[in-house]
Amino acid sequence: MADASYPEDLKYHPEHDWARVDGDTAVFGITWYAQDALGEVVFFDPPEVGATVTKDESYAEIESVKAVSDVVAPLSGEIIEVNGVLEDGPEAINEDPYDGGWLVKVRLTDTSEVEALLDRDAYVATLS
Amino acid sequence: MSTPTSIPEERLLPAAGGSDPRPLAAPTTSVNPIQRDHATTIFEKGAPGRRSFVAPDSGVPEVALDEILPAKLRRATPARLPEVTESELVRHYVRLSRRNFDLDTGFYPLGSCTMKHNPRLHERVTALPGHARLHPLQSPERSQGALALMHGLERQLAEVSGLPHVCLQPSAGSHGELAGVLLARAYHEARGETRTKVLTPDTAHGTNPATVTMAGLEVVKVATNPDGGVDLDDLRAKADDQVALIMLTNPNTLGIFDPNIEEIASIVHGVGGVLYYDGANLNAIMGITRPGDMGFDIVHFNLHKSFTQPHGGGGPGSGPIAVSDRISPYLPLPVIRREPLASANGNAPATEGFEGFRYSLVEHADAVPEGAPGSKSIGKLRGFQGNYGCFVRSYTYITSLGAEGLRDASEIAVLNANYLLAKLQELGVREHLPLAFGTRCMHEFVLSGGPMKRELGVKTLDLAKRLLDHGFHPPTVYFPLLVDEALLVEPVETEAKETLDAFAEAIAEILREAVEDPTIAQNAPYSTPVRRLDEAKAAKQPVIRQPLG
Repeated sequence: MADASYPEDLKYHPEHDWARVDGDTAVFGITWYAQDALGEVVFFDPPEVGATVTKDESYAEIESVKAVSDVVAPLSGEIIEVNGVLEDGPEAINEDPYDGGWLVKVRLTDTSEVEALLDRDAYVATLS
Repeated sequence: MSTPTSIPEERLLPAAGGSDPRPLAAPTTSVNPIQRDHATTIFEKGAPGRRSFVAPDSGVPEVALDEILPAKLRRATPARLPEVTESELVRHYVRLSRRNFDLDTGFYPLGSCTMKHNPRLHERVTALPGHARLHPLQSPERSQGALALMHGLERQLAEVSGLPHVCLQPSAGSHGELAGVLLARAYHEARGETRTKVLTPDTAHGTNPATVTMAGLEVVKVATNPDGGVDLDDLRAKADDQVALIMLTNPNTLGIFDPNIEEIASIVHGVGGVLYYDGANLNAIMGITRPGDMGFDIVHFNLHKSFTQPHGGGGPGSGPIAVSDRISPYLPLPVIRREPLASANGNAPATEGFEGFRYSLVEHADAVPEGAPGSKSIGKLRGFQGNYGCFVRSYTYITSLGAEGLRDASEIAVLNANYLLAKLQELGVREHLPLAFGTRCMHEFVLSGGPMKRELGVKTLDLAKRLLDHGFHPPTVYFPLLVDEALLVEPVETEAKETLDAFAEAIAEILREAVEDPTIAQNAPYSTPVRRLDEAKAAKQPVIRQPLG
């Protein structure tokens, strides 16, 4: 499992999600802290492509050896891609939470929502 | 990280009270029958033609099989059944049972599961032929004693819960929950209301959200305040006219009794909602306070927890429900009716009956007077009347303890939990395993392994596995979810002080050991029939069929 890290180029949601924003699209995932708290992930239940997600609301479920947990959307939009690797290899969420373990790609409906997210330092401060 | 197959001498566990090291894994030159018996199924044992019995002559004329069962309806090859002698059969299952950790072997402080001693008296009573050989299709006229026992148990549970109407049918706690939520739904629907929300505190019993979903309703989480009780502001914000019910466990899964229960009841009743009490933690309050007096409308009991049954292997359990007057018309059918013998059939006193009363089962709602229990029934929850053996054990338990005995049981359960908590603090575990909320507890408490994980690299799961090497069943881990690295400990009333002391010492010892070398706990257990299991692989690639080859 990777060591604790929180990349500078991401935006963070207090519910331990990250967004990598690129224009009007963004990739979502969960943070190192979230995957560490969940323990070994055994299943990712993704939304359908085309589904609408709303900021601060659950859009998917992650099952670990401990529990089934909701995944909260850091931003609102429409799902345009899900990470197919996770279907057979959900452990990528543990091993590589910021790259190989990304969850979904979203076309944002309101890019101004990004301003409400936390930067790296502000998010890390919430963890202590 | 590699997994050691042998343990260096310095990691041996000191024998209790002495300095002699005792190996955790037996030397390979000493093999007991259980270790010799590698993981084989009964199908891999024996040999073709081997049998456990010789069938006697039937004493009736033989008939050719073709005459009674056409060949096309028969299997072409014989079923591959185990072919073993009786001694092989007995040894196989006895060895399997010895690989298990059970309550009759050792301390089993599994939080919220109430693993209390099962008195042997209960087994004697349950084995009486009138109970053990009672057939579920026996007519009520010929089952008067059994119906009298069930009716008596209903009255006992009504008294314990403070709610007047009881249904014994549900087969488990989760089944009782489902019954309760369906009753609340039926209550609202009969009033022309469609309410969909179920308020569920994050300290509620873990099955509650699943029950809500299964009943077709929607979970709305309610937050916990810093004292470990329901956050009243959050509750007020979420309580509206869409709330069907709140599901509450009190004391909750933090082992904390919520002192605001009357205020909670007033808020939920104020918006027309129903209060549901999850009986998972009833063992803390029996004979001291009653859910009905706190304002609850529906309660489920876990007979297998609070009122003793051998449990933990998936059943049989029993999850009766008790309800208030306003919920009672929706109760499942059949209901047990009791009438004085003289008026049972109009004229001549009946010869059947039990101690002056005649008992019957009312199977149809139209045979129930308007407004009486079952008159607008949600229907039947299962075949027959429930798990009768559980009823006999619980009736025996409640009858033999009496009201004062039940209160004693709860008081000692709470005392034992607080003693164990204090003992752990005295041994200095607080630095790595602090109490999650508050300073005291009811019948169980939750420690947080967060500091242990951060400072020692030892997770709660590692601690739990290492406890197995000390001869203890681990407490519940990773529940409730709101506590980081939770360890939920319920010591119950039937454990001796020496056992609690030894358990506390074991936890302190594991922490001392972890400060020196965290890999010991990280790779535990060492002394069990199987080592650390790959839970992730078991969840991702479950092997649930064994080819018979």
